[in-house]
Amino acid sequence: MDESIYLDEARDPLIIAEGWMKDGKDVAIATVVETWGSAPRPVGSHLVIDAEGNFHGSVSGGCVEGAVVTEAIDVIGSGKAKMLEFGVADETAWQVGLSCGGRIKVYVERLG
Amino acid sequence: MDPYVLKTLNEERRARRAAVLVTDLGDGRDRIVREGDHVAGDLGAAIAGAFRTGNSRSVEVEGRTFFLNAYLPRPRLVVIGAVHISQALAPMARIAGYPVEIIDPRTAFATPERFPDVALHAEWPEDVLKREPLDSYTALAAVTHDPKIDDFALKAALDARCFYVGALGSRKTHAKRVERLLALGASADQIACIHAPIGLDIGAASPAEIAVAVLAQTIHAFRSRGLETKGAVA
Repeated sequence: MDESIYLDEARDPLIIAEGWMKDGKDVAIATVVETWGSAPRPVGSHLVIDAEGNFHGSVSGGCVEGAVVTEAIDVIGSGKAKMLEFGVADETAWQVGLSCGGRIKVYVERLG
Repeated sequence: MDPYVLKTLNEERRARRAAVLVTDLGDGRDRIVREGDHVAGDLGAAIAGAFRTGNSRSVEVEGRTFFLNAYLPRPRLVVIGAVHISQALAPMARIAGYPVEIIDPRTAFATPERFPDVALHAEWPEDVLKREPLDSYTALAAVTHDPKIDDFALKAALDARCFYVGALGSRKTHAKRVERLLALGASADQIACIHAPIGLDIGAASPAEIAVAVLAQTIHAFRSRGLETKGAVA
């Protein structure tokens, strides 16, 4: 159980995103905005991504982060926000998805 | 996200102040709402709900979809007094999601043997609270019965607008405490916020039962924040 009442600055995605911004990097922020069924991370969770594909935080248990990072690099380039939706993984098709059986909606936007 | 919005949001979170980030999912525009800021209409009601529950969600208002991301500081419970009640209260509150810190300058009481796995300060509240100030996401329960230890902490809790302030003692004990707090400069309105005798009235008799009553009252205070009449804690 996490007992800290203060921010864990070294691991907090939004603090890291601000640091990246101060370093002059291009940054995208992904946020879980809706979940259905069993979802690994609650609504409001963040993944932050820079233009090189470095990332911190999570929007799932690691199941869809790869796909979100790819889309985020796109969003950084275009400046246009995207709404992504992930459902159950189809193992035979090697499709990205959630093995837990839930569905999530992830909003990806550029910082600035 | 607006860079200035991110900077402001992080400032609020670092300072343990609640904030709701409102994002229009249609055009991507966002803004920060602080607790107590007035937002009108259905959106305002949804934001108030996000502050109260800490739950983030999307809402439809007048044909637009807004995502409300609630960033609430983690609530915590500071207990003045390393007494028998606190020994039961600390593990129960931790399980309920309220990390506990115990402060008691009496070194015979505040021992790690009596309080394993608890943040324990064998110091005066004056010294600890200077380092770790109270805030509106902190509950304070004063259970030493000793004015020398309890009074300063109670006054500090009222000034910091702790979401819960409770003090152990009978009505007679509390009447004397009220006089002392008035002398310390607390207002009558502030003093009226103190829960005394402490704990929900469940007929608690043993120290562990009193701990249940205190914890239940703390949870109730946290989950009904902002629902009491305005000015009750002003």
